[in-house]
Amino acid sequence: MNPETKKTLVEPLVDQNPITLQILGICSALAVTTSVKTALLMSVALTVVTAFSSASISSVRHHIPNSIRIIVQMTIIASLVIVVDQLLKAFAYDTSKQLSVFVGLIITNCIVMGRAEAYAMKNGVKDSFIDGLGNGMGYSLILIIVAVFRELLGAGSLLGYKLFPLTTDGGWYQSNGMMLLPPSAFFIIGLLIWAVRTWKPEQNEEPDFKIHESHVHGSAEVH
Amino acid sequence: MEDLLSLAVKAIFVENLALAFFLGMCTFLALSKKIETAIGLGIAVAVVQAITVPVNNLILNYLLKENALLQGVDLTFLGLISYIGVIAAMVQILEMVLDKYLPSLYNALGVFLPLITVNCAILGGSLFMVERDYSFAESAVYGISSGLGWALAIVALAGVREKLKYSDVPKGLQGLGITFITVGLMSMGFMAFSGIQL
Repeated sequence: MNPETKKTLVEPLVDQNPITLQILGICSALAVTTSVKTALLMSVALTVVTAFSSASISSVRHHIPNSIRIIVQMTIIASLVIVVDQLLKAFAYDTSKQLSVFVGLIITNCIVMGRAEAYAMKNGVKDSFIDGLGNGMGYSLILIIVAVFRELLGAGSLLGYKLFPLTTDGGWYQSNGMMLLPPSAFFIIGLLIWAVRTWKPEQNEEPDFKIHESHVHGSAEVH
Repeated sequence: MEDLLSLAVKAIFVENLALAFFLGMCTFLALSKKIETAIGLGIAVAVVQAITVPVNNLILNYLLKENALLQGVDLTFLGLISYIGVIAAMVQILEMVLDKYLPSLYNALGVFLPLITVNCAILGGSLFMVERDYSFAESAVYGISSGLGWALAIVALAGVREKLKYSDVPKGLQGLGITFITVGLMSMGFMAFSGIQL
């Protein structure tokens, strides 16, 4: 694999992660992470849709009039999502029930649209496919990390296998029910972003508001 | 009637689209820095939601359901693509109507109006309507109240964030990180509404 292709594939994992840096595709990242199994399935579905939609949009990019490009992109993405949705219903019915509306919501997932607009409209088919794959994997990485925390701490299991015996079954682990509720997803992603940015300080955001030097001076004694 | 009222309260507070289902998060986080923009976007989403959910309900019942259009034809697999089509068309029509009759509101909403097409809260509202099998009246109430709930959440978050910019947040947590934690706390607050029934 040549270095340019590798960069396209690997960069979205940490350095240009769609979730922690570009704030894209957060809706589903939070909702499907109560168990690792649903997170895995969602990751695969999204990665497939992003990769193929980028590739197909890129292959027709010279024929799309600029004024209707959003509608064309939308139609391609929606058709791919319908295919994925029908496949999930056919082969993984129970999990697709758990994912409920979130498979359909891949259509409006900003990662898919964002990559189509920002990358696939300007680059070749192969590069776009790899870029879609890379961004899908960056999204999957965050999704799986969050899901591992939530399932392990909330239910004491991973992928359905009991790792920590719960006190209700005579074990030692008192499960943290809040991990299965919506707020914990926000906390975990917030802390994850903090961790990534401590590791890679160049991702830090400029503060909107700077405390003037002389004021800092006055408060120095407080610290 | 009581059912509908209970549904409205549930959609605004208990099952808030933004805070309990994480829908429309991209715009929710990106555009909640100022209260004015949050109010504009909130109103736009509420209006579009109130129109699209009942319209999609009609499309589902009269075109896509089994035996609705032709005897023995089930078109529900075309659901996703027709809902997103309806939403895109509705946003476009709303944009033209506002431009003609209410130019002041049109200018205030500006670029947010077309962006609503890709807001997951809108498509999510329609998909929940399908999943829960709402009747036409129910879907109208659900559309209005879930949109209002989303607007309420984004305005509240913008209020918190405006105050937050004066506080001394650790470096890596600044911006996105602290916003996530704030939303988490708000979501916990909204969980206190669960169990309310009329």
